[in-house]
Amino acid sequence: MTRTIAFDQRSRQQTHFTTCYMCACRCGIKVTVESNKVRFIQGNLNHPVNKGVLCAKGSAGIMKQYSAAKLKKPLKRRPGSERGTADFVEIEWDEALEILTARLSKIRSTNPTQLAFFTGRDQMQALSGLWAQQFGTPNWAAHGGFCSVNMAVAGLYTIGYSFWEFGAPDWEHAKYFLLWGVAEDHSSNPIKIGLEKLKRRGAKFVSINPIRTGYSAIADEWLPIRPGTDGLLALAIVHVLLKRGLIDWEFLIRYTNAPWLVVQTPGIAGDGLFARDAEDHPLVWDQQAQRLVNGLEPEIAPALFATVKLDDGRVAKSVLSLAAERYLDERYSPEQVAATCGVPAETITRIAYEMAHVAFNEAVELPISWTDMHGRTHDKVVGRPVAMYAMRGISAHSNGFHTCRALHLIQMLLGALEGPGNFRARAPYPRRIPMRTLPENDPAIIFAADTPLKRMPNGNPARPEDLVIDKDGRPLRIDKAYSWETPLSPHGLMHMVITNAANRDPYPIDTLLLFMANMAWNSTMNTGEVREMLVRKDDRGEYVIPFLVVVDAFHSETVNFADLVLPDTTYLERYDAISLLDRPISEPDAAADAIRHPVIALDRDVRPWQEVLVELASRLKFPAFTSADGSRKFRDYKDFIVNYEKFPGIGFLAGWRGADGESHLRGAPNPKQWEKYIENQSFFSYPWPENMRYYRFANKDYLEFAEKHALFGTPPVAVIMQMYSEPLQKFRLAGQGLYDGPQPSSPTDQERLARYFDPLPFWYEPLESARVSHDEYPLHAITQRPMMMYHSWDSQNAWLRQIISENYLYMNRGTAARLGLADFDWVWVESHHGRLRCQLKTMEGVEANTVWTWNAVGRQAGTAGLDEDASEATAGFLFNHLISELLPKGNADDRRLTNSDPVTGQAAWFDLRVKVSKCAVGETGIWPIFPMSKRLPGDTGRRPSTLRYHTEAPS
Amino acid sequence: MRLGLVIDLDTCVGCHACATACKEWNASSPVSGPLSDYEPFGAEPSGVWFNRVRHYELGEYPASKTINFPMSCMHCADADCVTVCPTGASYKRDDGIVLVDQDKCMGCNLCAWACPYGARELDTASGTMKKCTLCVDRINDELLPPEERQPACVLACPTHGRFFGDFDDPASEVSRLTAERGGFGLMPELGYAPVNQYLPPREPKTVIAASDVKALLERGLASLASPVIRR
Repeated sequence: MTRTIAFDQRSRQQTHFTTCYMCACRCGIKVTVESNKVRFIQGNLNHPVNKGVLCAKGSAGIMKQYSAAKLKKPLKRRPGSERGTADFVEIEWDEALEILTARLSKIRSTNPTQLAFFTGRDQMQALSGLWAQQFGTPNWAAHGGFCSVNMAVAGLYTIGYSFWEFGAPDWEHAKYFLLWGVAEDHSSNPIKIGLEKLKRRGAKFVSINPIRTGYSAIADEWLPIRPGTDGLLALAIVHVLLKRGLIDWEFLIRYTNAPWLVVQTPGIAGDGLFARDAEDHPLVWDQQAQRLVNGLEPEIAPALFATVKLDDGRVAKSVLSLAAERYLDERYSPEQVAATCGVPAETITRIAYEMAHVAFNEAVELPISWTDMHGRTHDKVVGRPVAMYAMRGISAHSNGFHTCRALHLIQMLLGALEGPGNFRARAPYPRRIPMRTLPENDPAIIFAADTPLKRMPNGNPARPEDLVIDKDGRPLRIDKAYSWETPLSPHGLMHMVITNAANRDPYPIDTLLLFMANMAWNSTMNTGEVREMLVRKDDRGEYVIPFLVVVDAFHSETVNFADLVLPDTTYLERYDAISLLDRPISEPDAAADAIRHPVIALDRDVRPWQEVLVELASRLKFPAFTSADGSRKFRDYKDFIVNYEKFPGIGFLAGWRGADGESHLRGAPNPKQWEKYIENQSFFSYPWPENMRYYRFANKDYLEFAEKHALFGTPPVAVIMQMYSEPLQKFRLAGQGLYDGPQPSSPTDQERLARYFDPLPFWYEPLESARVSHDEYPLHAITQRPMMMYHSWDSQNAWLRQIISENYLYMNRGTAARLGLADFDWVWVESHHGRLRCQLKTMEGVEANTVWTWNAVGRQAGTAGLDEDASEATAGFLFNHLISELLPKGNADDRRLTNSDPVTGQAAWFDLRVKVSKCAVGETGIWPIFPMSKRLPGDTGRRPSTLRYHTEAPS
Repeated sequence: MRLGLVIDLDTCVGCHACATACKEWNASSPVSGPLSDYEPFGAEPSGVWFNRVRHYELGEYPASKTINFPMSCMHCADADCVTVCPTGASYKRDDGIVLVDQDKCMGCNLCAWACPYGARELDTASGTMKKCTLCVDRINDELLPPEERQPACVLACPTHGRFFGDFDDPASEVSRLTAERGGFGLMPELGYAPVNQYLPPREPKTVIAASDVKALLERGLASLASPVIRR
């Protein structure tokens, strides 16, 4: 039987290609619009990131666009009202900009450090960072410090690229894939697309994760590891590989510093630094010439294992000798680590053998000719097809930096980097180690009135001299980034900003400017007290954080605390540049960038934040935004993106440059650049020719091309992988009092540097875990973001919240039975810092000593556009109440230390330990509960009981 | 013709992309939209969805396996939901798709009771029964580019775990995958001949045999002397 079917009336529809915004994948989307309403959002088949597919968030973008939480107009805290009560009056943009300009102008002309500008899931850090630099404040960072900085720093200081945005597994050729601690998070569609490719080709997929959901559900083998012990497992694998000689010797000799000689003079300055010749080249022992030679020269025959006497009489050992001494020790044997990791010794050994077997016996050879850094041409590319990827479960621990380095150590030993089947770099990476961008640290510049910083606020220190501290060693940044407490913290410590500002430590600030960061709720540790800090007053009755500006598109919990609210647009309503100067969307085989452009007309009085940034920069007369005659240089954001040049020919967008639009990557500004992007489906992709696709750290053609196009800031010299990290050793020497330069005076800092700045990866118990009683707090507690909400605030999304709008505490079924707990019991979850009440569910797929929950489902009633009785507010909860931004006090401490990785300042969310106990009879309901938020002006609070979304009236 | 879906349980990570892509397409579809949402901003939000993903566990820790299981209308060859419909609103097309004529449906729920798969959803706002249409208004829309004439769930699926095609054509991708991978229909014993087929998780492959280990170790130990290699 067939009856007539009605179809969409295509003649009244328009389609536009733009870019998704719901997470940092930034997939290409095709949006069908009908009567200025969104009919359909689908993946762009031609886009390099998502190749046509789209995740649940992307498809639910319609409900983001029509969210009841959208801000509608600038808001000012009602004069005389208390901060935090959401008592606002609507104001015009003119007034909002005048208030802010006056305030910022005064700060800038007196003490620019009094502005702290921190951004959340910012996709335009190149602009916001430039803005902060031009303002002249060092107090700027995005959310990387509480997200992935352990991965970024470990990678960039070790292999020149890194897990997350600066690299990706080679899904086309990998035959063995290990996924470490990826908690349904970074990255979304590319990992999903890739996992299916692996499965189709019969590659083996091993997931190392305490929880078996999401990606881990489809793993061929699941290793339920105890949280925080991944580094120990990785180093046990290193133990097996070294012990059995399962090593790619050629890779170590050609591409790593494994043969470099390290001076051994314990207790004397210079200990642990590389032995160098008069021209500063690292020395190695040539096995054939039987003498010390420059380790960067071609055709030498370096000894990987060597102990030699230098010309000055000092003893030096090769890096690999030092590594072997450490990792061959029994404490790293599978048998010794098994109980701590919760992974059987025979499993660890087998996994190491399987990796080696695939690497050495199932190598991939591609008939691609390429030229190495010494000009030698090779007729093929050989890949050892073991790939890895790692994220949250590694990064969110206070030992995550070293754990991530341990993973890179495995990759080096197997020769499994940047070849076919490996974890490969995404342009503009790999880059020189360490990168030569240093953070501004000259107090004379930092405190100078009306003066931009000479360097960017953020960068990559290589030695103690690069720290951002004053002559007495005190931090110069409000988040204390680049101080002795966390020296290598290039993403800042956003999780410390409010605490430090409230304590006026290291100094008071005037204005805190937050963009898209929910610091009064799920993006902060210690949520309850941080909310109190935001409204704290001093003895004179003044707020200790005098002025708080919040920029967001939606009504978050943080909006309620603002003195001034600047409403942003949605991603479908504005222009955006997703720039190679920023967080790249490149894939290993192509450099890429993208744009957004408005596909829906604005229906309320909001402005894109980037437009406002350009406006403020012009009003404040930042030099980069002002012409010689004092007039504004850029009409608006679009004009800025087209005409701003970081270096000659290098701007925010790499495609269709040059007056004629014919130059790619580098070229003069093209006034029609936006139009070219829109014509080309809003993205630009520059595929690498075959000879530039692999071993780019040592690929002559690639490195020369990269320098010519100033993409990479890299002179065309090979990136030598740093198995042994000399920058770390310099900080360690400073801690030991052996450094010829700045040294810390606090014993706490000295001890931390000496211990944690180990130039070779090592494992230590996570800091919080080591300071609390395991008997009292026997369980690890971690979170995952639901896949359909990852990296977004979609609990306000009317469709996605039908999938999840409340959360439970998940516990291993056997563990629950031992504790006398059962499904749906109400339980207290208690840490050293706080407690909460929630409901329990049991499951099999979680490590026996671990409990977990979905993160950021819980909301404060009345925010996010939700009804007063929304389940997020009545049945959703946050672990954040249990997590302190400060470590429990240690015996020897002279001060409270940040709950962060001691190397990078990465927020240690996953170090949390808890106890779980059954509530008393009658003790039910989520706790703590926060009072209902006042509705914003213009919001009646009335929500439809039934929503019937459609673009055309239903018949 | 027997149009339907193949769903690969080996690659489904349970991300709900298929479910939301379905929801957004069909919300504005002239065939059965809108799909009502109840208390969309309140307590216990719910609504009409044609495709829902369930999550199960098999076996016991640490050998447990998590299965993500998307379910929608099976477009049964012998569809009881059609047989029981008192108004003739439910019908099966020549191409095998089971549809509900929204103009004829009176929302009596008989079809929902007849369906063992829970695939039918009563829209209480329109008072009519709604269900998966296999995106009949996409797959037959000649104004769409050919590569997009697919159900929305198939287009969106990030793990390419969903396939659309004609099971009567032995050369089709859906027929081939079902044959090669041991595809199965749900609860065939009930006799409704469900058309949609599920592919079971692949058996984990053995990466390394005992003989491989021996050879590997011999080779590795032989190399431990750190051979002379030119840089």
